[in-house]
Amino acid sequence: MTKSRIIGGLFAALLVGGAGVIFALTWRPPMAAIDPPSARTFDADLVRRGRELAAVGNCSDCHTTRRGPNFAGGLPVPTPFGTIFSSNITPDPETGIGRWSEEAFRRAMRSGVDRGGRHLYPTFPYDHFTHVSDEDDRALYAYLMTREPVQAPLRDNRLSFPYNQRILIAGWKLLFLRRDAYQPDPGKSAEWNRGAYLVEGLAHCGACHTPRNGLGAERATATFAGGDVDNWQAYALNAQSPSPVPWNEDALYAYLCGGWHPDHGTARGPMAEVVSNLSSIPAGDVRAIATYMAGVFGAPTPDRQRQGEAVLAQAKSESTVASEPVSEGAAIYAAACATCHESGRAPPYGGINLAFSTAISAPDPRNLANIVLSGVRPVEGERSPIMPGFAASMDDGQIASLLKYLRSHVSKQPAWSGVSEIVEEARRTQTAFLQTAAGPRNAPADPSQRDQP
Amino acid sequence: MNAPVILDRRQMLAGSGALIVSFSLRGAFAEEQGAPAAAAPSPPGSLKTSPYLDAWLRIDADGAITVFTGKAELGQGFKTAFQQIAAEELDVPFASLKVVTADTRLTANEGYTAGSHSMQDSGTAIQHAAAQARALLVAEAAKRLELPAENLRTENGAVIAQDGRRLAYADLVAADMLHVQAQPTSKLKDPATFKVMGQPVPRVDIPAKVTGGVAYVQDMRLPDMVHARLVRPPSYGAELTDCNSSAVEKMPGVVKVVRDGNFLAVLARKEFQAVKAMRALAAAAKWKESARLPKQDDLLALLTTQLKSQDMTILERGNPSAAGRRTIEATYTRPYQSHGSIGPSCAVAQFVDGTVTVWTHTQGVYPDRQAIAEMLRMPPANVRCIHTEGSGCYGHNGADDAAGDAALLAKAMPGVPVKVQWMREQEHGWEPFGPAMATKLKASLDSEGRIADWNFEVWSNTHSMRPGSAGSLLAAQQMAEPFPVPAPKPLPLPEGGGDRNAIPIYTFPNAHVVHHFIPEMPLRISAMRSLGAYHNVFSIESFMDELADLAKADPVEFRLKHLDDPRGREVIEKAAQAFGWHKGQQASQDRGYGFAFARYKNLAAYCAIASEIEVNRETGRPRLVRAVAAVDSGQVVNPDGLTNQIEGAIIQSMSWTLYESVSFDEVRITSIDWQTYPILRFDAVPDTIEVHIINRPGKPFLGSGETGQGPAAASIANAIANATGKRLRNLPLTRKRIKDAIDA
Amino acid sequence: MMTLRVNGYEYEVDAEPDTPLLYVLRDDLKLNAAKYGCGLGQCGACTVMVDGKAVLSCVTPLVLLEGKRVTTLEGLGTVSEPAPIQRAFMEEQAAQCGYCIAGMMMRAQALLQRNPKASDDDIRAELAPHLCRCGTHMRILRAVHRAARLMDTAELSPSDQRGAQ
Repeated sequence: MTKSRIIGGLFAALLVGGAGVIFALTWRPPMAAIDPPSARTFDADLVRRGRELAAVGNCSDCHTTRRGPNFAGGLPVPTPFGTIFSSNITPDPETGIGRWSEEAFRRAMRSGVDRGGRHLYPTFPYDHFTHVSDEDDRALYAYLMTREPVQAPLRDNRLSFPYNQRILIAGWKLLFLRRDAYQPDPGKSAEWNRGAYLVEGLAHCGACHTPRNGLGAERATATFAGGDVDNWQAYALNAQSPSPVPWNEDALYAYLCGGWHPDHGTARGPMAEVVSNLSSIPAGDVRAIATYMAGVFGAPTPDRQRQGEAVLAQAKSESTVASEPVSEGAAIYAAACATCHESGRAPPYGGINLAFSTAISAPDPRNLANIVLSGVRPVEGERSPIMPGFAASMDDGQIASLLKYLRSHVSKQPAWSGVSEIVEEARRTQTAFLQTAAGPRNAPADPSQRDQP
Repeated sequence: MNAPVILDRRQMLAGSGALIVSFSLRGAFAEEQGAPAAAAPSPPGSLKTSPYLDAWLRIDADGAITVFTGKAELGQGFKTAFQQIAAEELDVPFASLKVVTADTRLTANEGYTAGSHSMQDSGTAIQHAAAQARALLVAEAAKRLELPAENLRTENGAVIAQDGRRLAYADLVAADMLHVQAQPTSKLKDPATFKVMGQPVPRVDIPAKVTGGVAYVQDMRLPDMVHARLVRPPSYGAELTDCNSSAVEKMPGVVKVVRDGNFLAVLARKEFQAVKAMRALAAAAKWKESARLPKQDDLLALLTTQLKSQDMTILERGNPSAAGRRTIEATYTRPYQSHGSIGPSCAVAQFVDGTVTVWTHTQGVYPDRQAIAEMLRMPPANVRCIHTEGSGCYGHNGADDAAGDAALLAKAMPGVPVKVQWMREQEHGWEPFGPAMATKLKASLDSEGRIADWNFEVWSNTHSMRPGSAGSLLAAQQMAEPFPVPAPKPLPLPEGGGDRNAIPIYTFPNAHVVHHFIPEMPLRISAMRSLGAYHNVFSIESFMDELADLAKADPVEFRLKHLDDPRGREVIEKAAQAFGWHKGQQASQDRGYGFAFARYKNLAAYCAIASEIEVNRETGRPRLVRAVAAVDSGQVVNPDGLTNQIEGAIIQSMSWTLYESVSFDEVRITSIDWQTYPILRFDAVPDTIEVHIINRPGKPFLGSGETGQGPAAASIANAIANATGKRLRNLPLTRKRIKDAIDA
Repeated sequence: MMTLRVNGYEYEVDAEPDTPLLYVLRDDLKLNAAKYGCGLGQCGACTVMVDGKAVLSCVTPLVLLEGKRVTTLEGLGTVSEPAPIQRAFMEEQAAQCGYCIAGMMMRAQALLQRNPKASDDDIRAELAPHLCRCGTHMRILRAVHRAARLMDTAELSPSDQRGAQ
C-alpha cells in the first residue's frame, strides 16, 4: 500500500530522546524460527478465508511486481527519503516468511516488527493492520503459508542517513501507532460495524485517502479528507468529496464490486487494482464497506443534493460540445474526446459523460492529466474499458488547454492554478508508474458479463 | 448461366492480344454439389469442374504467362504457392509468372475459398494443367523439330533439343493449343528434381504490404468515388420507424441518404464527412427493437434442450451399448465466437450501363455474384465480382454483406463508384458468428486400459450460411422488399459442418456418433475457420486425456495405442519427440504439459501439438509458454508459408480458447469492439512456437489452413489440466474459470 | 486549410480541424499504410509517427498537428529501397493478411529510434496496443529484433534523411 506515502515521521524519533531510552522502550526480541509447516497442515476453509482477506488487504499490489511471482516482493516504493522495497511474503524459508510462526506473523501485523525483531517501515500499513482480529490474522497466515514459496532475497532499501536507521521507526510508532482492537459501535448495524472493521483495519483505505501530517502519519483530525498515492490523488471520501454527484451506498457497492459506476466513472490508477481485488471477495463484505463508507461520506447537504441532481439532469439533455469551438481546448475536446465521451453508449465501454467526472472537479488536475496522458489500458483477455492515451499525440500545452477548458466548461469549481506544471510533472511520473505498477490483473468491469460464455 | 462469361472473356483476351481464343467454364458450385458422378476417371482437383487447360493458364505471344485461380488470397499466401507450382511444372522462372485470383469474368468457378481446399482443388488443378500444358508444348516442339518428344527437355520457358536447338514457349503456343480438356492423369515432375516447389519462396504480396502499396480493397480509389457509411439496425430484426434525414442531407459533402426499408446509408464526397453524417443519421434514426435473443449464460440448455434438433447417427460401429469396466462421461461447450477481422469489411461497386462491378474480399466471387444479382433482380451476367484482398477473414465475416451493401448503393448512384466501409461495431455486431456448440461424450475402458466403447453427441447449427441466394445478404434482408434468409442445411459428410471431425480417427471397437443438427439460429452464424472441427477436436482430445488419466497412461502413448493411421502416428511421434515429451514427465511448478492431435476432416492435413502452459495460481491467469507442432500436409509447396499458417493457427486458436465469446442481452449483441470482445495481445504471446513439417514428396496436397485450430485448443486445455489438476470443459478457458477451479 | 508535414513534404489540407489524421492520410493524401481498424484507439492498425512518437492516427485530430512532423510507413522506404524495418519484415515474412502490419511497424520504428537496444520484453510491452488476428506475432517479434540489428549496421535510413527524426 501507500507506495509513495511519505515516511516523514522519522525525524520525530530524533526528537523523542536519547537512543538508549528508545532502545529500552522499543527493543523487540527475535522470535524462534520454525520448520516451515507443510501446506497440508492448514485447514482448507481457513486458507480460503485467508485468500479473501488478502484481497481485502490488497496485499498483492505491493508484494508483487509487474510480471513477477506472486507475493515475492521487490516492488520499489519511492518516498522522498529514498526507495523502500516490499518484502517477500511467500513461505520460502530463507528469503520469505517460511520460518515465521503464526505468532511472529501476528506481531508483524500488530506492531510492524519482523521475526528477527527489526522494526518495519510503515510503508507496510501496520497502523491499520494492528486492528485485524486474531482470527483473521490466522486465516491470512494460513493463506500466505500455503502459497508457492519463491526464493527472492529482500532488496536493500535505498535510504540515506538517518532514514536508514530503523531505530527511528520505533519513535514513529510511539507517536502514531495505536494498538487497539476494533471496538464495535453497539449503536450501529452489524453491517456498518463489519464495514468499519474492514475499512479501518485490513482494507486500510485511509492509508491513501487520508492526508498525512508532516511526520508522514495520517492526520487523525482529517480522516478521509483525501491523500496522495503514486502521483495520483486519492479523493476525499468525506463531506469534502469532489464528486459532482454525491456518492451513496448503492453507488459505492456497485463501484467497488464492478470497478465503475455510471454516475462516477471507472476506477483507474492505483484504485484499479483495489477494485480488481474487491471483485473477488464475498458480496456481503463489499456491501459492509459500502455501508460504512456511505456514513463517512455522510448524507449530502440539500444544496449538494440539488447540485448533483442538476448535473444528472443536464448530462441527460445536452452535449458538451460547443457548436463553434472557441478555444484550443474546446477544439481538442470536440475532436479528440467527444467521439467517445458523447457517443451515447453506456459506461463503462462508452466514455463517461464528463459532467460526472470527479477528476475535473477535483482540487487539482493531476488525475485528469494522468488519465489524458495514459488512458486506460486493456486487461489481458478480459472485457475491460480501453481509453487511448494521448501522451504521444498531445504536447503539454495542448493538454493544459484541454484541462483548463474542461475545468471551466464542465465543472462548477474555480479554475485550477499551476496546470502546466502539473501536466509536465504528470508526464514524468506517469511513465514511471506505468513501468513498475503491476496494474490490475483482472478486470472488475461489468462482472455481469465478464465470465459468460 | 456462364455463357455470357465466355463471351466476356473472349473479348477481354482478344483485346489483350492473347493467343487463346476460347475458354470454357462450367457453372457448378463445386463445394455445394460435390464431384459429378463420372463414368470415366476425371482429372484431379478443380479440373474436374473446369476441365479446360486455358481456364488455368495463358501463354501470351510475348512470353508472358498468367495463371488463373478461382480461389481468393486471404493472407494464407497461396498466390505465391500457386505461382511456385506453375513455375515448377511449366519449367519457367518463378518471376516470369503472374497469378490472377478469383474474378467472375476471368477465372474458373471454384466455389468458396474455404475448408482448406485451395491447395487440394486449385493447387492440384494448376499443377496438372501446367504439366499437361508443358507436355503439349513439348509435343508441338517435337513436331516442329521432327524429333521424338522423349529427346526434348524443357528449361527456363523453352523446349530444348539435345543438339542445342531451342524453341521458346511463346513461339510454340498455337492459337487454341490450351483449349483442350485435361487428361485424367498428367506426367508430373519427379519431386526429386523440384527447383521451386518445396522452397521457402518469399511471398509476392508482402513487399506492398510493408511499404504502403495498394494492397487491399480498402486502398482502392476510383475517380470520383464517393464514400458510404451504413446505419445498421441496433439489433436483429429492429425496424426503422422514423428517420428525418433532412439535416443530414445538408451536411458538408453529403451526396445522398439512401433508405430502403430498414437499410439506411449515407454517401459523401470525403470519407470523414461520411462518418460524421453517419453519426448524425444514426442519431436521427428511430428503431423498434424486440427481445429475441436467448439467455447467454446457459448455452448448454439452449442447444441440448430448448432448440429443436434433427438427429442423425453418423457413425455406428460394433455394439454401441457395449460397456467396459470403467465408464466416464463429460460435456463440453463452445460459445458463439467472432471472426474478429482487424479491418472491418469493405467493398467498392460501380454501376455502369446496366452492369455492376463489385470489388470485394468475399471468399466466393461466383456465389456472391449470384446473391447480388438476385438481390438487384439482374441477370448474373450483368454482375461482375472481382476478388480484392481485405483484412484476414478466417471464414464468412462481413465481406459478402459489404459487397451486397456496395452493390445496392451503387445502383442508387449510377455511374459513380461507391466505397462502403463498415465500422468496427458493425463488423462485430453483424458478422455471422462461429456457432455455439455442445458435445456429450461417454466412454469406457476395458481391463487393459483400452477404450472399449465410445459415444459422442454434438449439438450445433449449420456452419455455413454463405451466399448463393440473396437472402444471405444483410442488405437483402433489410430492404423494403426483403429476401428471406435461406433455410439452413447441414453440410454433408465426409467434410461435415457441425459434425466436422465428430467421427474419431481412432480405432475404437464400438462407437456411436450422433449429430444433432439445430435449424433454428437465434444468432446470425456461418462458417468460421475449421467449422465444427474446432470444438469436436477440443472435446475428443480433451476426453482422450481424461480417459488416459483414468487408464493411468501417458497421453501420447494412449493415443498411439488407439491409432493405426501410420501418417498420424508419425506426426504424433514427431511432435512428442521435438517437444521432449516423455512418459512420467513432471512439469515444473505451476506449469503443465498438454498434447493433442487430429487429422482435419479426417481427410486433410495431420497436425499434432504439444504445449507447455504456466498458470498463475493466485489470479488463474494462464500463459502458453511454448508450443511444438508437427504437420503432414502431403507434398509441401512452400514450407515457410505452411509454417506461417500453423503458427498462426496455434496463436489464433489460443486466443479463441482462452478468451473469446460473443456476449449479448435479450435484445442486442453487446460484444461490439475490442473492449467487449477481447482477443490476444502481445503480453500473452508465447516464448516460442516450433513447427515441424513432415514433407511427403509426390503425395497429394492436403489442406492445412485450418488443421491447427482444434489440436491447439485441446493441447492448451490438456496442459491447463496438467498444471492445475482441474479439467475445464467450457470454452473459453478464462482466467476466472481457471481461478475458480483452482480455488474450488 | 491547414499545412500538414507528412514524410518530409508540406501539404495544404482542406479538411475540418476535427478530422482524424487517419482520414486525412488516406483520403486527402492518398496514402495507404495507416489502416482503419476500429477508429477507437483499441487496435493500433492506424499507427503513424508524430515527431518521432507512435500515435494512433484514428484518434488524433488535425487540430493537434499544427507544426508537427508526421511520418507514415511510406516515408520510411520503398520496395526497391526499403528501410531496415521494412527489410526486416520482408526477410522474416512477418505477415499473413498484413492488415495490422503497417501500424506495428511504425510503433516498432518509434521504439527502435528511441531505444535501439530494446529487449524482447520492451518490444512486447511496446506492441501491447496492437492487435493481430492472423497470429503472426512470433514473426513480428523476430522482425523487430532483426530490424534493430539492421539499424545498428545501417547507413542513415531514408527517414533520417527526410527529417522524420
